[in-house]
Amino acid sequence: MANPKPEELARIEYNPPKTGWMDTPTVFKPGIFPYGCKPKSLETVSFPNPRSWSVKDEDWKLPENWQEIFIEGLRERVNKYRSFRLFLDICVRCGACADKCHFYIGGGDPKNMPVLRAELLRSVYRKYCTTSGKIMGKIAGARELTIDVLKEIWYYAYQCTECRRCSLFCPYGIDTAEITILARELLNLLGLNIDWIAGPVANCWLTGNHLGLQPHTIIDSFDMFINDLETATGIRVSPTFNRKGAEILLVVPSGDLFADPGTYTTMGELLLFHELGLDYTWSTFASEGGDFGFFTSNEMAKRLHNKIYEEAKRLKVKWIMGGECGHMWRVWHQYHNTWFGPVDFLEEPVSPITGTKFENTKSNKTVHICEFTADLIKHGKLNLDPSRNDNLIVTYHDSCNTSRGMGFFEEPRYIINSVCKNFYEMPPNTIREQTFCCGSGSGLNASENMENRLRGGLPRANAVKHVKEKYGVNMLACICAIDRAALVTAVDYWVPGVGVTGVHELVANALVMKGEKKRTKDLRGEPLPGMEGE
Amino acid sequence: MGLLFSFFTVIALIVIVFIGVNGANLHYLFGVLIPYATFLAFIIGIVYKVVQWGRIPVPFRIPTTAGQEESFPWVKQNKIDNPSTSLGVIIRMAFEVLLFRSLFRNTKAELREGPKLSYGSTKWLWLGGLAFHWTFLIILIRHFRLFLEPVPVPIKILESLDGFFQVGAPVLYLTDLIFLGAVTFLFLRRVIIPQMRYISLAADYFPLFLIFAIGFTGVLMRYFLKTDVVGIKQMTLGLITFKPVFPEGIGIIFYIHLFLVSALFVYFPMSKLMHMAGVFLSPTRNLANNNRAAMHVNPWNYPVKVHTYEEYEDDFREKMKSVGIPVEKE
Ligand code: HEM
Ligand code: SF4
Ligand code: SF4
Repeated sequence: MANPKPEELARIEYNPPKTGWMDTPTVFKPGIFPYGCKPKSLETVSFPNPRSWSVKDEDWKLPENWQEIFIEGLRERVNKYRSFRLFLDICVRCGACADKCHFYIGGGDPKNMPVLRAELLRSVYRKYCTTSGKIMGKIAGARELTIDVLKEIWYYAYQCTECRRCSLFCPYGIDTAEITILARELLNLLGLNIDWIAGPVANCWLTGNHLGLQPHTIIDSFDMFINDLETATGIRVSPTFNRKGAEILLVVPSGDLFADPGTYTTMGELLLFHELGLDYTWSTFASEGGDFGFFTSNEMAKRLHNKIYEEAKRLKVKWIMGGECGHMWRVWHQYHNTWFGPVDFLEEPVSPITGTKFENTKSNKTVHICEFTADLIKHGKLNLDPSRNDNLIVTYHDSCNTSRGMGFFEEPRYIINSVCKNFYEMPPNTIREQTFCCGSGSGLNASENMENRLRGGLPRANAVKHVKEKYGVNMLACICAIDRAALVTAVDYWVPGVGVTGVHELVANALVMKGEKKRTKDLRGEPLPGMEGE
Repeated sequence: MGLLFSFFTVIALIVIVFIGVNGANLHYLFGVLIPYATFLAFIIGIVYKVVQWGRIPVPFRIPTTAGQEESFPWVKQNKIDNPSTSLGVIIRMAFEVLLFRSLFRNTKAELREGPKLSYGSTKWLWLGGLAFHWTFLIILIRHFRLFLEPVPVPIKILESLDGFFQVGAPVLYLTDLIFLGAVTFLFLRRVIIPQMRYISLAADYFPLFLIFAIGFTGVLMRYFLKTDVVGIKQMTLGLITFKPVFPEGIGIIFYIHLFLVSALFVYFPMSKLMHMAGVFLSPTRNLANNNRAAMHVNPWNYPVKVHTYEEYEDDFREKMKSVGIPVEKE
């Protein structure tokens, strides 16, 4: 299906329909929703109700007592998560969150206003979990859980990328992302996952990574990287896999092993660690930093990430380093310690190169690669020639997870500013804590919902367009594998002519290595500035 | 529908008092029994709700942060918006509760030809909200003069500040004006902005009408109908000392005011107004970001089924060996 032209897509109607939202039936539009999950994916992880079904069908083939399952699940969860219950109870519908969601901004569907997205489930909560809702019904904002209501909840739960931008602006911090997370968990009780999430989850369960890369395929990819790097630098790197006794276990998102431009990020990491002589290992088992289980249920998320600690223990490493990935940061930083702690079989992380103690992770022992590299640069441990990136005019996209998800802004900027000379920020209301999602996070980067992804990507791409027109920006740097996959598409559509790169690709281009040949090409095989003739 | 329903509910409440007091002479019911009962419901309701929330675990520490986290000594942390200590959290919460900090961030998205999106700062909701809540609080505090004899000095000071402009007799309180203005503003934005009207429920209009009616009857009493203040004070003092009295000459307007407040008492604990307590308990705001430095315990954390390395190696042993990856079992 061809996508509409950007001009058409950008004609957005923000005025809500005349009928109230409870009385306006939800129409499933092609291009907006992703496909339903396949039975095999659910069977692999023993999830309920595996069957073939299609979102477009009238009959979703739910279990007989689906209502009961959903409502029981809801009751259970409002008593397990204070946040959930509180968020369902105290929203005053002030509307501050309404125009903060990229899907609403880019699409205008009123049920994509975070407050209404939450209200879809909140109305059901009122009906079955509060006295006033039970007695007064609709006038108290309560409604019955009919099949249409269930479908509506589904439709909008898979139009939220769990980016938390709404939560930032809410006077009580109501986090619609968390409501979506739990709504999806409830939908999964009925076997209502989407293919693009359930498939990677099943892959990850079996092979350790979302893409289903088996050990020998991973090695194949690396062989390719090694050859390409040798061509570019004259240096042959020799990474190790599943090696016992290494000091550090490195885990990156598997997307970076598989597709451009993520692969260049991996190649950058290979060069950097080679140059440092770092005692680290990759693992084909713990071969996925990201966690699509997190887009399924809390339990599934935990089930998938156990491998990282199991592997760290088996290989007897001292600590763990994580690559450039957004939701990976969220899961590692926010959940790992609670799920798997105390992690006392590892040591408090210390950089073997600079001696810096990573104090902020002394309990969980996981370091983000940007923290590691920023510290290297600060201590002058890298010989950098930023002019090698002179052909790039760079801006930086904060991914939702590393910014609002209890993260950082400065480390990646410090790195970028050290490795390239032309760096320009996008407008203040679109970066740092106010950053916009790429539009495809939380497992929504399928192709059948492309129109929605492009709509959701509009606010980000539009800010890129601004700096492209103003400063000639031609490269969008990010530290997230989903960004590297999704922003390419969104940017191509809205602002053709801007590339997407990981930060460590930029580092590797600027890195002057011991014994390197005269560098004429960057990691992509394109000529370095001033080397166009060679 | 929600709007009209709420409006007529408030009208109905007023009619009930009218009939009850003027028609049926139920002074004791409306002047004593109902205020006592509803106040009790108010307290019990709030305590119940807070205890209910408080007993639910906070399984994960996942605040929404708005600044640089604690990092190296050379990276400047935003200690308030991304706090790593309790002090930081307390300051963050104080800003939220006293100044509505998150609302202060508010922007308005606008799409122009191009397409060109912009997000200008908009402070109206913040300003209106702040004006409403602060004047509400000040008015509430001023009311303590009715329950305390002698009137404490701080309340007297507050009153004289509030009546600074000395307009008319009795003195016009600034807060009264701002309060009614702010409620009106909050109501108007709800009906005028299409998106706001779309998301609004009866539960959003009702408190606004009710609170407006309380404020309005208060103002009527004070400035226009000139009710017998000495008599009212006798009565309120009677209520608070559990020796109710009914002095002559207390107009129906006072009974209406009191009954509407009673209605608010009952309504409060089971409505969105509980945001007053909820804002303090919100886990996205009241937790520190020190997850990797200190373990947060989830009381219901349970072991889950995992796919072990052993199983993985069993699945892929030959393939691993074929590319030279070390295995546990040859
Ligand atoms: C710690 C105390 C409180 C805090 C921090 C607080 C904060 C807020 C905030 C930030 C809003 C959203 C902005 C707005 O619409 O004004 C709000 C709305 C509201 N608050 Fe409060 N509040 C508190 C106590 C109360 C109390 C005691 C009442 C009344 C009994 C109240 C009544 C309302 C109402 C009716 C609204 C909705 C206004 C509308 O419809 O637009 N609040 N509150
Ligand atoms: S900003 Fe918060 S309180 Fe206001 S409507 Fe949105 S979720 Fe509700
Ligand atoms: S979390 Fe993000 S995608 Fe979801 S409702 Fe909020 S702003 Fe929209």
